[in-house]
Amino acid sequence: MDDFWAMGGYAAYVWSSYGIAAVVLLGNVFGPLIAHRRIARRIKNEEFDD
Amino acid sequence: MLWLHRFGSLPYFYRISRSIALALAVPGVLLAAYGVYGGLVEAPVDYQQGDAFRILYIHVPSAWLSLFGYTSMAVAGFVALVWRLKLAEIFLVAAAPVGASFTFLALVTGSIWGKPMWGTWWVWDARLTSELILLFLYLGVIALHNAIESPRTAARACSLLALVGVINVPIIHYSVEWWNTLHQGPTVTRFGRPAMEMDMLVPLLCAALGFTLIFGWLTLWGMRAQLLWRERRSRWVKRLFSDG
Repeated sequence: MDDFWAMGGYAAYVWSSYGIAAVVLLGNVFGPLIAHRRIARRIKNEEFDD
Repeated sequence: MLWLHRFGSLPYFYRISRSIALALAVPGVLLAAYGVYGGLVEAPVDYQQGDAFRILYIHVPSAWLSLFGYTSMAVAGFVALVWRLKLAEIFLVAAAPVGASFTFLALVTGSIWGKPMWGTWWVWDARLTSELILLFLYLGVIALHNAIESPRTAARACSLLALVGVINVPIIHYSVEWWNTLHQGPTVTRFGRPAMEMDMLVPLLCAALGFTLIFGWLTLWGMRAQLLWRERRSRWVKRLFSDG
């Protein structure tokens, strides 16, 4: 198991790549969901009824 | 052609897009997870690059989606300009940040991979420079959309930029053959004997397919948000959120 995490000496390179990818992907999952919810709430509050 | 008309209807699209997104998300996440697991655990160590080559399973799918995403935006831009299809405009706008994210990932993971293999984070060679230009094109589409108030005018401007910029896509793809570069040549798409062993190649293909489905899923949710915003004053949206 330690061998796995050590990545043959390339741990810093491999795991930072995967870590950054995870962060970017999660941002892309939650970004539109939050935007969608915010807009839906504003419509529900009748903010656009002129 | 009737189904196309129905699909082009915004309320109908809004209603079914949620289920489509889910239908893309589940196999997408499973495939990507298997691909990453196979790449990190099951694939044998590369005889030249050691374990550093495992960055491939993030880098190649990201690079593939950076090209696929921009090409799909150019197609949507063409459809939006010629047929004035609102859904194509919305796709173009929603796909841009997702595509930009994958382009960013391709550049960053490539840079991290380049350090131990080439001894440098960055070189101004054809492949890396053209991919960086692709990132700027994506950011250009996003900035252009944010800068123009009217959504239809903004979408037309973005469509034009997407169409003009798509010339960069074949340049990126063939850059490793046309110019001398540090970047290695194609391993997956070359004809004849594959350049990779099957137990390295299969997880890579799964990851690429999984990430592509995830791209569709994320873009659909971006489209839903964008659609709601653009149609916020329309009656069908208001009815959607009124009580009772």
